[in-house]
Amino acid sequence: MRKVSMGLKLVGMAAAVFLLAACESTPQGGGAGGGGGGGGSGSSAIVPGSQADLEATTSNRVLFGLDRHDLTEEARAVLQAQAGWMAKYPSVMVTVAGNCDERGTREHNLALGERRANSAKDYLVSQGVDAARVTTISYGKERPIALCSDESCWSQNRNGTTTVN
Amino acid sequence: MTQTYWRMILRMVAGAVALVCAQGWQPAEAQLRIDITQGNVDPMPIAIPYFMGPSPKETTVGSEMVGVISGNLSRSGLFRPLDPKSFIQKADAIGTLPRFGDWRLINAQALVTGGVTTEADGRLRVEFRLWDVFGEQQMEGRVFFTRSDNWRRVAHLISDKIYERLTGETGYFDTRIVFVSESGTKAARVKRLAIMDQDAANQRFLTSGRHLVLTPRFSPAMHQITYLSYINDKPRVYIYDINTGQQEVLGDFPGMTFAPRFSPSGDSVIMSMARNGNSDIYVMNLRTRAVVRLSHSPAIDTSPYFSPDSQYVTFNSDRGGMQQIYVMRASGLDVKRISFGDGRYATPVWSPRGDLIAFTKIYKGRFYIGVMRPDGSGERLLTESFLDEGPTWSPNGRVLMFFREKPSDSRGLGGGSRLHSIDLTGYNEREIPTLGDASDPAWSPLIPLPEGG
Repeated sequence: MRKVSMGLKLVGMAAAVFLLAACESTPQGGGAGGGGGGGGSGSSAIVPGSQADLEATTSNRVLFGLDRHDLTEEARAVLQAQAGWMAKYPSVMVTVAGNCDERGTREHNLALGERRANSAKDYLVSQGVDAARVTTISYGKERPIALCSDESCWSQNRNGTTTVN
Repeated sequence: MTQTYWRMILRMVAGAVALVCAQGWQPAEAQLRIDITQGNVDPMPIAIPYFMGPSPKETTVGSEMVGVISGNLSRSGLFRPLDPKSFIQKADAIGTLPRFGDWRLINAQALVTGGVTTEADGRLRVEFRLWDVFGEQQMEGRVFFTRSDNWRRVAHLISDKIYERLTGETGYFDTRIVFVSESGTKAARVKRLAIMDQDAANQRFLTSGRHLVLTPRFSPAMHQITYLSYINDKPRVYIYDINTGQQEVLGDFPGMTFAPRFSPSGDSVIMSMARNGNSDIYVMNLRTRAVVRLSHSPAIDTSPYFSPDSQYVTFNSDRGGMQQIYVMRASGLDVKRISFGDGRYATPVWSPRGDLIAFTKIYKGRFYIGVMRPDGSGERLLTESFLDEGPTWSPNGRVLMFFREKPSDSRGLGGGSRLHSIDLTGYNEREIPTLGDASDPAWSPLIPLPEGG
């Protein structure tokens, strides 16, 4: 048994540092590298390889059907775009979080979220992304992005969300 | 006092209660008895005058103890404590033998009398007797010695004795609940491990809320809790030591571990581990650290739970295309599906008596708590709402606790989650008065009373 206090291995420390850098707002003229195109309304530039850059390029979220973890055509297209973006920034590491709506039991949903995250990861890998660059995590039904209790929100909460580390 | 006492000294983990049993009551036949297997029984009228003491200090403790005992018995749904204003014989006049006629007049079937005094060493001495009013005899008599701040526990022990003598079943009042306390908005929920007495007294937090925590369960000896924590953004099964407050990650698994429960002996923890998106069931021996994989399917296998004799494991799986409940041998062999009704079945929890499995059912957008026999027969639904989930048994297998979430409006408001309990009969549903929102309850065994000499 590993003591928590001693066992906190900061896996992905380098990635964390990268994230900090990415979060700093770059004052003007951040054109180096050209970003992924789109987004970025004049006043503040988007840091290339950042979360904002990813989201300006394509959606960072794919949606799943009820109790499903297979990818829709739309989801594949989004993941293809994510893979293309990652190809431009070979040092970028991402985490795909699998999420579920509130209409399942907690533990089943943790497992279902894991399946969804892995579906997305597998597809990214099939599109040429090095598997070591993609971490997965499941939040089950613990991290809803849409808060109402009807299908309009539940369909949003059944997702795989890609976040730059 | 005419009785002779035989002495059992019981050292308590928390609070050193000493217990003395009063001998002398005859085990009479045709005794006062409640049949708790019936639904909606008429609660038994019971009179519990204040436990008097020689000074206001003891009398105050005595009256608070009677409040706790009355609350326990009343909430069980099996007893109806009578209004003290109706009592003809006053508490301070009872002495060693009640005037049964006075209690028959107000139709008390049972009478509980008691007193509180202070020992030379500062401990409280609490004596109580249970009387069959119509049979005119003592059914139970005990003396407890305890630290003065531990009176609440003695009140629970007395409640259990009364329940046991009048129902013939083991009590469940001297128990605790570990649960997840929730706060904050739905989008940024803070979840903390919390613990309380069965009657919602003594609520306290065990974790800070910095990390998401889920699904706590007690060890059989109650000194440990196993649960899921997202420390370091790595969801893993942890063990929390109640005495030291230390948290330790269980094992060194490459993937998410979740859905942990102790085996009935406490020697091992059964849980799920996810590997490349697939969740299977594993059991880890806590001494040798050896891990055995019990399920081998490409489906989601989770929410495992041992039978009380450790011979079987029940779990839910979607291997048949939809979430259903299965039972297998503890070796992982002989897997059988047991739920065949309409809808999805989940979170099977074996009754401590072994005769039933409680579960969550999802059908046509509604959630139910129900029970079925371990072979899947005799399904009975006890509750229904927008979201009822995660039943846990009282240690006598007579009451279930679970959590209930309300739906939220378009702004995410109006939801929230609370703990509820319901009798196995399907009656007596109650909300547990936690301080805030709560979920994932787990009922402890009876708090251990180590053997005494």
